[in-house]
Amino acid sequence: MAQSGVHRLVTANRLRDGAPVYRADDGQWVTSIDAAALVPESEGDRLLEEAQSGPLPLPVVAPYLIEAVREEGKIEPVTLREQIRAAGPTI
Amino acid sequence: MYRYDDFDRRFIEERVEQYRDQVRRRLAGLLTEDEFKPLRLMNGLYLQLHAYMLRIAIPYGTLSSRQLRMLAHVARRYDRGFGHFTTRQNIQFHWIKLDETPDILADLASVEMHGIQTSGNSFRNTTTDPFAGAAADEIEDPRPFCELIRQWSTLHPEFSFLPRKFKIAVSGAPEDRAAVRVHDIGLYMRRDEAGEVGFEVMVGGGLGRTPILAETVSRFVPKRHILSYLEAILRIYNQYGRRDNLYKSRIKILVQSLGIERVRAEVEAEWAAMDRDQLTLSDEAIEAMARFFPPPDPNPAPADDEAFRHALANEPAFARWVEYNVAPHKVPGYAIVTVSLKEPGRTPGDITAEQMELVADLADQMGQGEIRVTHEQNLVLPQIRRVDLVTLWRTLVAAGLGTGNVGLASSIISCPGMDYCSLATARSIPVAQRLSLALAPREREIGDFKIKISGCINACGHHHVGHIGLLGLDKNGEEAYQITIGGSADENAALGAIVGPSVKSEEVVRAVDTLVDVYLGLRAEGETFPDTYRRVGMKPFKEALYAPH
Amino acid sequence: MPLIKGGRFVDDPWRVVGDDEPVPDANHLVVSHARWLKERDALAALPVELGLRLPNTVHPSTLGADLDRLALIALNFPRFTDGRAYSQARLLRGRFGFRGEIRAEGDVLRDQLLFMKRCGIDAFSVGERAIAEGWLRAFRDFDVFYQPAEDGAISVLQRRLVARTRAPADFTVT
Repeated sequence: MAQSGVHRLVTANRLRDGAPVYRADDGQWVTSIDAAALVPESEGDRLLEEAQSGPLPLPVVAPYLIEAVREEGKIEPVTLREQIRAAGPTI
Repeated sequence: MYRYDDFDRRFIEERVEQYRDQVRRRLAGLLTEDEFKPLRLMNGLYLQLHAYMLRIAIPYGTLSSRQLRMLAHVARRYDRGFGHFTTRQNIQFHWIKLDETPDILADLASVEMHGIQTSGNSFRNTTTDPFAGAAADEIEDPRPFCELIRQWSTLHPEFSFLPRKFKIAVSGAPEDRAAVRVHDIGLYMRRDEAGEVGFEVMVGGGLGRTPILAETVSRFVPKRHILSYLEAILRIYNQYGRRDNLYKSRIKILVQSLGIERVRAEVEAEWAAMDRDQLTLSDEAIEAMARFFPPPDPNPAPADDEAFRHALANEPAFARWVEYNVAPHKVPGYAIVTVSLKEPGRTPGDITAEQMELVADLADQMGQGEIRVTHEQNLVLPQIRRVDLVTLWRTLVAAGLGTGNVGLASSIISCPGMDYCSLATARSIPVAQRLSLALAPREREIGDFKIKISGCINACGHHHVGHIGLLGLDKNGEEAYQITIGGSADENAALGAIVGPSVKSEEVVRAVDTLVDVYLGLRAEGETFPDTYRRVGMKPFKEALYAPH
Repeated sequence: MPLIKGGRFVDDPWRVVGDDEPVPDANHLVVSHARWLKERDALAALPVELGLRLPNTVHPSTLGADLDRLALIALNFPRFTDGRAYSQARLLRGRFGFRGEIRAEGDVLRDQLLFMKRCGIDAFSVGERAIAEGWLRAFRDFDVFYQPAEDGAISVLQRRLVARTRAPADFTVT
């Protein structure tokens, strides 16, 4: 369900502690989603491939792409599940 | 309760070292995640939304105070100060770090605990009646056999890579407090015509995507043959269970596709061909295990005293707690107390480290140091003197553990749902919180009422067997809840029927209130919700729920 | 591929013969189950040791008296999560008393070696990494076992719980 304005970013869980992390522009994995590299849909696969490459062991488990939008300087995932991953449990 | 000997201790130490090395190899890149995942699952470690989750086994729901204190230590030292009891009598911690798990398992091993086989495609925790050994209606205490099954099924070399998970439950009483019929193998202790105690063996029950009730494969298996009989069933399942489709790989699917008669024939043929010497239990062996579970002191205690009578007459909250949370013990003057982890508005089944330590202290002071976990996510102190009940209650209330709502509508069973679980399709905890607050004011009027909520189709909240069940779905990116009614997990086991189209999150409370109103309006004297549903059918409920308003 | 047997890496004398391949000149020949069914008599008449690769969907009982002629049965683990061959191994070693080599092939990984051994498998076809990563140590992960299997180890159950219809001396200790 691509909409204009909906971009892609790569997320994963950190291997050591399972924390949700996001791929940043410089190739680092960061815990703040607002620092994630946000790319147009067409560049998502490239970003994911970059995230999956590199010397083993990767510091993360199973990177994958998610949809997100930029809103007033913050990055907001499209799905509730990813919102919960980014912001923590709602209760 | 069971106490480890040198063999058990050595085994669990070897297990911790094996796991420590597996983690080392994973972190060093010598194991891929695909290779490591089944190994960590076999020690109960999941990767969830925010962190790793560790599921610790509480064999057949029995804990010592020392073990409960260790769980409090784990909560504090390695997690965020709380734990969550599950519908399989285990405990889960949601905020675990992989590189600390070897130390956690070492700490647990020091009190005879572990996470072995709480996940993975092998045997899971064998569960039983939380009132085992204490209930007046019991034929026999099932726990010696639960422990024998636990040992037989631990790292069984032939059955560690089954098509799918395998869950066994045992009931020692005619009233089924263990949800036996929704397990892969369910055992009911029975007497035959000669009065000998043995097992009715049922197979092929389960919830999840395709809920099915177990069917009887043998009406009576003598005690001495129970392990060999289970081995025969597992060998048939290991060979013929489907491995091509994750959703059709449980033994319930095999039973449905072959039919129970064919399954019985295969099992009996395998059992006849087995060399059963190695697994036949001698009388001495059974007695030796039974000695770990001695019957309670049969000397009666006073039925009550002045303090008890006064509180009962003058403190409605105490009277209510006695009515709902206190069950009769087989020895006069004693009681079985359920400690409610279901304060309305809180997360069902959650408990803080401080609360765990308090319950451990109370168990030591008043309850022979023993605690039980129920599959409805409460705790039980199985032997309390009635004259201690007032003091116990006051202490529990002060700690938020004294809500008198066991079996009532605000005592909701709920999985962690999408706030924590990577499998979930919707949140369950906020729904449970809102519902419990909404229903608490009239729950006594409603009476016995079990609401069970699952955050996804895997049904860890056991929604199929709730009087009202809620299944959380993702409907076009929004949370929606499919409602089932008429389920039951007891000896009259039944699977709930879907009422109609799912309802939105904000409509759930109204929907449940409506269904409750229909029940209250139609019920005959003494009818529980399932009774009324069976009598009047779906129509009045469906009409009321979907009436335009 | 490296072969583990008797707790160490050994040379493999067995020659795998393809289904359409003429029988080569070798002393140890392994054929597929399908070829065995087709050419059993001819193969059995050869003055060589014979082995067959048993699919994990075939019940060992179907081999019947053929077991007497076979010196090797290779069992298959198509994925390490597919555990059907554990039951096949136990039946072959225990119920049918097969005394030849039972070999694990396929997705054979370090953390399953001990389970396989306990089920009566005594040879393991593994990848090269097994040597570099010291997989032989896996056989010592545990020396306490709860339940009886096919390796002759005295299990905890046997020590503590079982109807002693056999004298203790009948149990072999590994």
